[in-house]
Amino acid sequence: MALLEVNDIHAYYGNIHALKGVSLTVEKGEIVSLIGGNGAGKTTTLRTICGLLHPRGGNIQFDGEDLSRIPAHHLVGKGIAMVPEGRGIFAKLTVLANLELGAYTRNDKEGINEDLEKVFHLFPRLAERRTQVAGTLSGGEQQMLAMGRAMMSRPRLLLMDEPSMGLAPVLVDLIFATITDINKTGTTILLVEQNAHKALQVASRGYVLQTGEIRLSDTAVALQNNAEVRNLYLGIE
Amino acid sequence: MAHMAMMNKTDEAKFDGRALVKFGLLAGVVATYVAVIGMIATFSQRQVVAGLLTLGQVLLVAPPLGMAYFSARKMAGESGGKILAAGASIGLLTTLPLIGLIILANNTNIRIMFVNISPQLVNILTFGQDSVFVGVLLLLVVLALASVAGAGLTLLPARWRQALVMGVASTLGIALMSELFVVILRERLGNNFVRLFFQSGVMRWYTAVGIFLIAFGFTLFWQWRGTQMRGRLQQFTAPRQKQVRWSGAGISGIILLILPWALGTFLSEVLNNVGLYILMGLGLNIAVGLAGLLDLGYVTNFAVGAYVTAVLTTTSQYGLGPIPFWLVIPIALLAAMLTGFVFALPVLRMRGDYLAIATLGFGEIIRVLVLSDWLASRIGGPQGILALQNPSIGNFFFARPEHFYYIILVACLAMLFVSVRLNNSRTGRQWMALREDEDVAAAMGIDTILTKLLAFTLSAAAGGVAGAIFAAKLGTVFPQSFNLFVSINVLSIIIIGGMGSIPGIVLGAFLLIGAPELLREFQEYRLLIYGALLIVVMLRRPEGLWPSATRRRELQDAMDLTSHLGVVHSEVISHGQSANPSRMD
Ligand SMILES: Nc1ncnc2c1ncn2[C@@H]1O[C@H](COP(=O)(O)OP(=O)(O)O)[C@@H](O)[C@H]1O
Ligand SMILES: [Mg+2]
Repeated sequence: MALLEVNDIHAYYGNIHALKGVSLTVEKGEIVSLIGGNGAGKTTTLRTICGLLHPRGGNIQFDGEDLSRIPAHHLVGKGIAMVPEGRGIFAKLTVLANLELGAYTRNDKEGINEDLEKVFHLFPRLAERRTQVAGTLSGGEQQMLAMGRAMMSRPRLLLMDEPSMGLAPVLVDLIFATITDINKTGTTILLVEQNAHKALQVASRGYVLQTGEIRLSDTAVALQNNAEVRNLYLGIE
Repeated sequence: MAHMAMMNKTDEAKFDGRALVKFGLLAGVVATYVAVIGMIATFSQRQVVAGLLTLGQVLLVAPPLGMAYFSARKMAGESGGKILAAGASIGLLTTLPLIGLIILANNTNIRIMFVNISPQLVNILTFGQDSVFVGVLLLLVVLALASVAGAGLTLLPARWRQALVMGVASTLGIALMSELFVVILRERLGNNFVRLFFQSGVMRWYTAVGIFLIAFGFTLFWQWRGTQMRGRLQQFTAPRQKQVRWSGAGISGIILLILPWALGTFLSEVLNNVGLYILMGLGLNIAVGLAGLLDLGYVTNFAVGAYVTAVLTTTSQYGLGPIPFWLVIPIALLAAMLTGFVFALPVLRMRGDYLAIATLGFGEIIRVLVLSDWLASRIGGPQGILALQNPSIGNFFFARPEHFYYIILVACLAMLFVSVRLNNSRTGRQWMALREDEDVAAAMGIDTILTKLLAFTLSAAAGGVAGAIFAAKLGTVFPQSFNLFVSINVLSIIIIGGMGSIPGIVLGAFLLIGAPELLREFQEYRLLIYGALLIVVMLRRPEGLWPSATRRRELQDAMDLTSHLGVVHSEVISHGQSANPSRMD
């Protein structure tokens, strides 16, 4: 059984039909990429999975449990963490306070400290800046913080919304390398990206979303070689 | 770096002749405005220094002086002569609209439209000179000198400037409250002593000079020795430091205990009002400052607390008791919490502006309810509820402001304690996360609905207690006391003091509630001054007068990032600052 199963979900903003029957699966231990242009519904898909938006049709199964009606704040406890679009860090709190909020649902002090060390090991730049106010970090550091914060809940499934957005190329490489590292420690990842090139490099499988519908789904290698994907999302004629 | 240097240059280049004219005329417009609305004339009735200076004159020279100071700061780096000249021109420009005003007043019937443009005003603006020409010349000279002084301030080394400002501010402050000092001193030291320094309640010139010199000297001394002394305190051993801190707390405690008896009835009453607003400020701060929920209906909780107390302690026909006041306090608190909870339910999904408008409506609902015929048979409608029993312990009855002071002090201290604890708690962090980003907070596992309910409910509790004490203190309850201005006052205290900052709220309450009570002239212009103060604070110190550590740190970091000192320095500072909160618990 897949870790995450999204079955034919429909999501609306008022009357705007943003997701028109999206289905996808993520197997345990995988990195799956969801690519698509601006406004395709990638963020909406993630928001629906993590309970910030409830689908009007279809269902979402996580580890065999139906998530469709569960409020967002219960999902962390079930093992789903989110790195929101535009990082969504708490700009006025310190780096440390942000990370501690990531572990909000946990009570095991020792485990939390252990994970804090792990995050600082993964992102040494955060360790140097642990008492700095998060809003004054650079864009790349903020992305690292958002990722570190998500890791603090020891998620089984990590949802990431455009982690490379607005970052310099060097940092993009670093972020994707870290995504692979995180995956290697056993965390399953659903990665939403506009940077299809990078996203398909780290993923095993991929989905292409277009105006609220899944247009294509295949292995990452096959998608990289697909003529339409090459043309539309990789910018290769 | 190169980029920054360039930006600086364009910034400086912006301050040219045109800017000078703009700032000068702006000062003139401000001065003219306060003259036209009658502030200068009203304030002129209050003397600052006997026979020499009135508050109206202070108000007249303040705009050019302040404007010259700010303009001169923008010219930093220019030669001294140039800065002083710019200052002088601002003063001269300020005079232009005022001269226009004088000409209009003397030659037209403008008083029909603007009742405050009176011969008396002209007399003030021309310093009582018979010849208008001489008077206008005098006005030119005085305003030019004031603005040269304002510009000159920027040329002084920082420590001298601070000492000067402290000196003038202390003199002005004491002068404004001289009547109170006279009353207190007369009681203790006799009439002859008072006469020596005051002339019918107003400072004599040498008193003013003396106060100025003392404050001036003390500030200089403190700058010279203060850091040394603080350094020495840090060198003390830990137990010795503790001793020093405890004795400091002990002395403050004793002062707090004897304060009402040292100040007398009138000042105790003022202090009580300040205390009630500190209580409400700390309460509203939970919703607005910590959780970021803009609540414009705080008066609701105040009214509920007051009416519950009235109904439970009155001996009139509306009474359900009477029950002892000490039992009523927890009931009022719970009633307010319940109200806060119920009113929070419909607005849980609202954010920002919408929330503010909805809560504004709640304040109106309460006002309409207490005035309504529907409830009049239970809570008296427009007639209010009279004859509340005084709180008592054994045979002792709390009747005078000096007595109620202690009840308010205890309530404030309790609320301070709760606020500090909440600030550093898990709940406090929930609120901060909620304030920053509701969705992300939910994604972190925070139940945002529950967190909001908790903020509204706890916030309401303090309002209920304040209302209960307010009702007991007055002995009566009237619907007129529960209007929008209560909400606005409390909110202004938080904004001006500093959102989320506990000392800021205390300062804000003294400034916005205490000061106007002492300065009758301000009463009429209270809202105008509030508005002006709010705008100035928002523009120049958006984090408030005494910001909380988080906000200060944020500002500090932002400054460090843009300074050339680089990363190393910013880390030293942020480490140093983060050490403080942890030392507190
Ligand atoms: N809060 C909202 N209210 C109304 N429409 C929205 C909202 N958020 C997104 N949409 C619409 O839903 C569609 C999908 O948006 P989104 O999921 O953000 O796309 P993506 O993340 O792929 O760029 C877009 O047409 C967008 O305009
Ligand atoms: Mg998006």
